[in-house]
Amino acid sequence: MTSSRTARTIIHVLLAAVGVVWIYPFVWMLSSSLKDNVTFYKAAVNPIPEIFRWDNYTRAWEVANISHYFMNSVIVTVSTVVIVIILSCLTGYALGTVAFPGRTAMIVFVVSLQFIPKGYTIIPLYQLVKYLGIKDSYFGLIFAESSGAHILFILLFAAFFSKFPKEIEESANIDGAGFVRTFARVALPNSMPIVATAAIMQFIWTWSSFLTPLVLTITKPELKTLSVGMLSFTELYLTDWTGMAAGATISLVPVMLVFIFMQRYFYEGISGAVKS
Amino acid sequence: MQTGKPKKKLHQQLRRKYMWAYIFVLPQVLYFLLASAYPIVMSYVYSFYEWDGLGPLTRFVGFSNYNELLHDEMFWNSFYNAMIYGVSATIITVVSSFLLALVLNDVNMKGKTIYRTIYFLPVVTVSSIIGIMFNNIFGIQGFANQFLQSIGWIHEPIRFWLDPVLAMIMLILVGSWKHIGVVMIYWLAGLQMIQIDLYEAAKIDGANYWKMLMRITLPLLKPVAATILLLTVGSSLHVFDLVRTLTNGGPYHHTETIELFIYEYAFATKFGGVRVGYASAAGVYLGIFVLFVSLFLGWLGMKAGSSGSSKIGKEVSKS
Repeated sequence: MTSSRTARTIIHVLLAAVGVVWIYPFVWMLSSSLKDNVTFYKAAVNPIPEIFRWDNYTRAWEVANISHYFMNSVIVTVSTVVIVIILSCLTGYALGTVAFPGRTAMIVFVVSLQFIPKGYTIIPLYQLVKYLGIKDSYFGLIFAESSGAHILFILLFAAFFSKFPKEIEESANIDGAGFVRTFARVALPNSMPIVATAAIMQFIWTWSSFLTPLVLTITKPELKTLSVGMLSFTELYLTDWTGMAAGATISLVPVMLVFIFMQRYFYEGISGAVKS
Repeated sequence: MQTGKPKKKLHQQLRRKYMWAYIFVLPQVLYFLLASAYPIVMSYVYSFYEWDGLGPLTRFVGFSNYNELLHDEMFWNSFYNAMIYGVSATIITVVSSFLLALVLNDVNMKGKTIYRTIYFLPVVTVSSIIGIMFNNIFGIQGFANQFLQSIGWIHEPIRFWLDPVLAMIMLILVGSWKHIGVVMIYWLAGLQMIQIDLYEAAKIDGANYWKMLMRITLPLLKPVAATILLLTVGSSLHVFDLVRTLTNGGPYHHTETIELFIYEYAFATKFGGVRVGYASAAGVYLGIFVLFVSLFLGWLGMKAGSSGSSKIGKEVSKS
């Protein structure tokens, strides 16, 4: 839409220049993770390490427990993603295809609850996990991380299934496939784009989630995920900045890779959120 | 007699279908009642008790937690800080993400995807890592100070995180840096909802870029803008992760926001013992405050939405 060529060039230069500053913290982190502690201080400005110190990574991984936090993050995140997708996909299918009595009431109830001002809900959630006897375990953490109404995902699934051609479902019905079989054999395999969107968004949320694991691992530090584990890293190994940078790089790599390769699905999900 | 049977069969089929639908929604509904609705209710209930979170819930104190908060200087301090952060971060985020989206929405633009990825990266970065990065880069001997000294702009290192005002400014800038990418995607979604033929028609009428921006893009975006403002204000008033990892409220509570104040009373010991009721009451205040702000913005959005669309109608009918 911009009229002239010069305007376009100026925009490109600006975008690229600001872009470099924008991602410089990541460049800094990567380069610091390969420096030794002396060059880290002496030559903070030069991004290229004198000697590549890969041992920062082994030190962070083994000595500073990053391997442990990493495993915790993987277990909690993967379980949460699976649970959330199962819950929202089933709900979305029922809401999108069957006009069962009480459907509207249910939607109204759940949506209106989103607009009620909430207090500090992490305390009751923590207490609930305690009552259920799953405090200080993976179950407690996964239970808390999977909570929430998942309204966005349910809406995405419901919208998708409601547009799903009725003929296919009916022909499956005539073939004698019941409700569950139709869902599992016909509807679910076709809804993979929505599953991907929900999985990626939930993966990034849970991987980066901070308050919930912070609160739920207070009495059990062994369960810390990377996002809170890195905080204790900074408090425990105050001076090991290069090890910290290596640990930070390790924590960021999975989420960055998932995001960079799957970003299309991610944007679709977010756009869906604004439109609805 | 003959029509009765298939009808009955159909009815049965429908009932089976309903039954399965209920079974499908049941897990989510139970989970929702247990892990979402119950905590919301209890977040209010706790606020009327004096409780350390361990023993039984017995000391009902009515509104005394609420009254005490109103006279708590530290609470007002955290409220004030959250307001400063919320307003500044919202303005910076909403405006710059809009400009970015406007530029990136150009269909002919080369390298759009790369730029979008670059500006989005901070959004998917874990807060504790952001804390590590920025505490270091802007530390006394960090990259920023060494760089500024090497080009001769400063002679003494700047104490970015130790000066109360600078620390707040840093927090606002880092917070905006983290959120601009996601708000940019919201704007892009809004921009893509505008029909292209509106621009085509305007072009035929000889309208230039600025005219189209002022007459078509901006008025049509008003409802989306209201939604974006709502989301951004809500999340920035609730800021916690970044404050905890960047400053932890320091220096001397100067960057302590409400969520951090609540957290300290609910789980930590900065203010002495754990006081669940007191923390809950502060949480209710924050929730209600955010609701009022949202209602106000929603009302603005409704007004803007109705006037915006009627204006467009006029523009279109004119051409």
